[in-house]
Amino acid sequence: MGVTVGTLDLDAYVGAADAAIRAASSTDALDAVAAEYLGKKSQLALVQRTFGSLSDEEKRTAGAALQQVRSTLDGAISGRREALAAAERLEQLEADRLDLTEVVPAQVRRPLRRGHQHLISQTQAELEDVFVGMGFTVADGPEVETDWYNFEALNIPPAHPARGMWDTFYLELGDPETVVLRTHTSPVQVHLMEEAVANNTLPIHAVMPGRCFRRDTPDARHLHTFHQIEGLVIDEGITFTDLAGVIQTFTTAYFGPAMSSRLRPAFFPFTEPSAEFEITCAICQGAGCRTCSQTGWIELGGCGMVDPAVLDAVGIDATRYSGFAFGFGIDRCAQMRYQIADMRALVENDLRFVEQF
Amino acid sequence: MLVPLSWMLSFAPLPTDVDLLRATFDDLGLVVESVEHIGEGLDQIVCAKVTDISAIDGADKVRKITVDAGGAPLTIVCGAWNFVVGDVVPLAPVGAVLPGDFVIAKRKMRGVESNGMLCSARELGLGGDHAGLMLLTTVEGATPGAAIADVLGITPDVIFELSAEGNRPDAWSILGVVRDLAARLGVPVTVPALTDASIATAAATSPAAASIAAPAFCQRLTVTAATGIVVTDSPRFIVDRLEACGMRAINNVVDASNYVMLELGQPTHAYDAHRLSGGTLGVRLAAPQETITTLDEVARVLGVPGRGLGDSGEDVVIVDGDDVVIGIAGVMGGAATEIHDGTTALVLEAASFSPMAIARTSKKLGLRSEASSRFERGVDPNLAGAATERFFQVLRLTCPLLAVGWPSAVAEGDVAPVTVITAPVGEFTRLLGLSLDAATVERLLAPLGFAVAGDAILSITVPSNRPDIRTMPFGVADVAEEIVRTYGYTKLERTFPSWSTPGSLSAAQRRRRNLRSVLCGLGLDEVWTPTLVDPAVAARGLGDEAVVRLTNPLSAEEGALRTSLLPQMLAAIAYNADRRQLETGFFELGTVFEHPAVAATPRTTKAGGGGGAVASLPMERTHLLATLGRHGDDAATAVAMFAELHPTLGLGPYRLVQPAPLTDLGPLGLGLHPTRSAAVVCVATGITYGVVGEVDPTVVALAGVHDGRRIGLLGLDVDALATGELARAVGEAIPVSKFPSSEIDLAFVLADATPADALRAALVAAAGEHLSSCVLFDVYRGTGVADGSRSLAFRLQFGALDRTLTDGDVGAWRTSCIDAAASLGAVLR
Repeated sequence: MGVTVGTLDLDAYVGAADAAIRAASSTDALDAVAAEYLGKKSQLALVQRTFGSLSDEEKRTAGAALQQVRSTLDGAISGRREALAAAERLEQLEADRLDLTEVVPAQVRRPLRRGHQHLISQTQAELEDVFVGMGFTVADGPEVETDWYNFEALNIPPAHPARGMWDTFYLELGDPETVVLRTHTSPVQVHLMEEAVANNTLPIHAVMPGRCFRRDTPDARHLHTFHQIEGLVIDEGITFTDLAGVIQTFTTAYFGPAMSSRLRPAFFPFTEPSAEFEITCAICQGAGCRTCSQTGWIELGGCGMVDPAVLDAVGIDATRYSGFAFGFGIDRCAQMRYQIADMRALVENDLRFVEQF
Repeated sequence: MLVPLSWMLSFAPLPTDVDLLRATFDDLGLVVESVEHIGEGLDQIVCAKVTDISAIDGADKVRKITVDAGGAPLTIVCGAWNFVVGDVVPLAPVGAVLPGDFVIAKRKMRGVESNGMLCSARELGLGGDHAGLMLLTTVEGATPGAAIADVLGITPDVIFELSAEGNRPDAWSILGVVRDLAARLGVPVTVPALTDASIATAAATSPAAASIAAPAFCQRLTVTAATGIVVTDSPRFIVDRLEACGMRAINNVVDASNYVMLELGQPTHAYDAHRLSGGTLGVRLAAPQETITTLDEVARVLGVPGRGLGDSGEDVVIVDGDDVVIGIAGVMGGAATEIHDGTTALVLEAASFSPMAIARTSKKLGLRSEASSRFERGVDPNLAGAATERFFQVLRLTCPLLAVGWPSAVAEGDVAPVTVITAPVGEFTRLLGLSLDAATVERLLAPLGFAVAGDAILSITVPSNRPDIRTMPFGVADVAEEIVRTYGYTKLERTFPSWSTPGSLSAAQRRRRNLRSVLCGLGLDEVWTPTLVDPAVAARGLGDEAVVRLTNPLSAEEGALRTSLLPQMLAAIAYNADRRQLETGFFELGTVFEHPAVAATPRTTKAGGGGGAVASLPMERTHLLATLGRHGDDAATAVAMFAELHPTLGLGPYRLVQPAPLTDLGPLGLGLHPTRSAAVVCVATGITYGVVGEVDPTVVALAGVHDGRRIGLLGLDVDALATGELARAVGEAIPVSKFPSSEIDLAFVLADATPADALRAALVAAAGEHLSSCVLFDVYRGTGVADGSRSLAFRLQFGALDRTLTDGDVGAWRTSCIDAAASLGAVLR
């Protein structure tokens, strides 16, 4: 015996509604069914309005029964709606079907417009070209590295305080804190040196551009994802004064003949002696201004003689070979050249920005 | 690190030219972050008492003020209103120069002569208050004419903010900085005593007061007992120096410890002797789960391995006579033995701990202190004696009854032997490119405390304050840096190495450049979208197991590596659409990542922990993806664009396979429109290397593009383009016939179910060797063509290198073509 509330036989009601739901052949039809059985003017709603005359106890029982009906029907309707929507989508996709081999390319019209290469890839290509002109090859490397390549082989042992120089993103792979998003392009140096040793192909004269990651909260001047280019020369007879010369050649070739460079002592675990290299401040041409803190110089990157511990880690004979490495930000070059106030513009991909370059 | 010039001058007769000092610091690698002038321009500013205030006719913003500044009454026109007759205020008289090179001159305003300027605190560089004049009325000694610097006790000084590099533990102190400067500038360094008063000697500190049970972690522990302590305030000059260096004065004992640390670089720690059980200090490793409450009232659990590599849980601690932990060595002392107002006797610890151990513990506990940052870099193991003496000198200034238990108790752990670097002088030349001889090396290094002996082969003894200089063989490079640093980087010659191999891009790099230039030529803009994406987005269509997650993302929305370029590229279209920029055709060349657990060929490399182990890393692939969202763009645009791009790829003929076999495409197949997309397959090898078509409308909507437009899609697995099988053998040029060619147009009605390409293939096969091209040039549906089929019109061009083709030739081929088409059910119109 079914439950009856007021004049409404609930089992019969659910049975009728179920049949109507199953019979609905489109989402529109289903909407109509939903309105009929659950809407404001449905019998269910009408019965509910008669509750005023019932006792509290009766109200509770009747209310629970109606709620049960409601949720049963809601479930049935949403199930049916999914099925119908899927069928309608299929139907639409089918109606949309296009045989891609019947496309006549000559009939495809597009506006006469050139596209724009991203500022960073343009800058990277310009830098690569300068270095290729100076005799460097260009190498690539992976963005995910192990602790060995990103740190240990670069003379930065686990728990070494120097690790604080890089805020590192770790990946949930392997043992904790063993797999990282590379914090610099220096791991590519390690790969190149290991390969050169394994294949007996020393010397190395290469630059390595690429995307790097540091766990810095993004602001106008820094993004957590950025691009670096790094250089490595390993050969016999390479000296610190050679490094100074190469930095100077690059500076005038890329930034212009009026620009100069200078080195300043610094510390990096993977080079010794190490230096920061600075270039003439482009804003004041070296006269001193606010941007360069009145020094006339702007810091561009780091460099130094490859540390013998690094050569040792990759198996290069440090008594025979010596070398230098240098690195700096590709994004920073673009920022300096175009005076980009907010680096976040580089990832927003706003057409008004993209089309400027 | 803040370094006051006045403190430096107490050790060496340095020049006071700030620009010269700054340049010298920079060239020594002690980078000057900023220079602050204290009390600059105050020398002419005097106290002035306001004797009269009167209105000026026609002026409502300024008034005529009469002041007494020690001489004749002065009238001054002033715009401030926060004072009354009788107040004392600062006066910059005529001729004074305020900070910012602002010269005060005699002026006439509203017909009233103004003989100077009454100043606010900000105008004098004494704070930010600019609401009105600085009021000195209640300041002791602020009599008319008194110099304000005297009244306020301000001594002009220059504070350099230096950043000493991580490998310069010696430079992390005032004296260390002075030593470096003095060596370069050729001036002597002396450390004068702080007090002439003698310090009483108490009973010797018991030799048992210092012990080391963890010799690998502590080179030396120096413990000194003292009595006669009165805890009080430090003398003014001590407080001034601490504050100038950015430290707060606490009490004379804590201040003495901080003073010595700032001055000499040796952290020390004073314990209340009566609260220190047994009066002894020991160094050992913490037992697992051992706890201590540090000075900051936080309970710390020790002896637990950290999360990262290389942290096996070795925390060095200080224990008392009952072996109870009373401090975390080199990081922070414990609350229980702290100096307090009633302290009358103390025990001083001065030690040298293993830098790596202190760094590990400090990092793991998230607890950095002035002491830990110095120990991390390495503290001179021979500094403790001098630092202890200096500590008691400072304390003697406030504790006349001080009695020190000399000699100190000294325990030794594994004391590092003196480092001696032995190398031919030519080795330094080989690395540096400077021409050096023994005398030059000695001239450069001796002022820093290095002892240089030998001639052809140098024997260089490293001073104990340079623990950063490694032993042989790596130490040669460290000494080379000291040589060139004292020589002067700015004086460095520039030489230009050369080599015989040419510079070049790799084939893959040239290919990427080509893709970029062709796609830009086709009107697309290159975008750069994020590598770090929402894990839910990364999992879309691939499942969670394909996603590489970050352990420590900056935000949950940036918690995974991207698996596809598509979602973020669509987001770029949505971003522009939100700004009414609807004409967006983008491409990106970027890396996508696949979890090693699901990658067909996971990358394995040397892992951490010495590089011995092997780690499985995510598969990284370079994808090219173009999303064509301009008005009218759709799958046909993508097909036409690929037809233009393909000839520049250096690959053999391709065909489009529809529906795209998703299993062959991996992440490249994500978001494809099921009925308007195709896979790009190499005809010769069957290798699938790309997709063309459209983005699934559901995916477009999900990305927030709701204007109903179609988005064409072109995707290439750029790494696959480099595989040997795909790359076409260098093709021979196809000769062009000198004889006229013949063209025929054939239009067929073909059921929609059969791809146009199938018909084209049949025509090509039937047309024979003289066919030079077969191009679909028109597609028609509508009147005259049955529903469910379309008319496809092909233009076939025939030619021969050696003759003009006859009508008969062409007619025969035409017939074969029609027959071949008929076999597919295509009917000639």
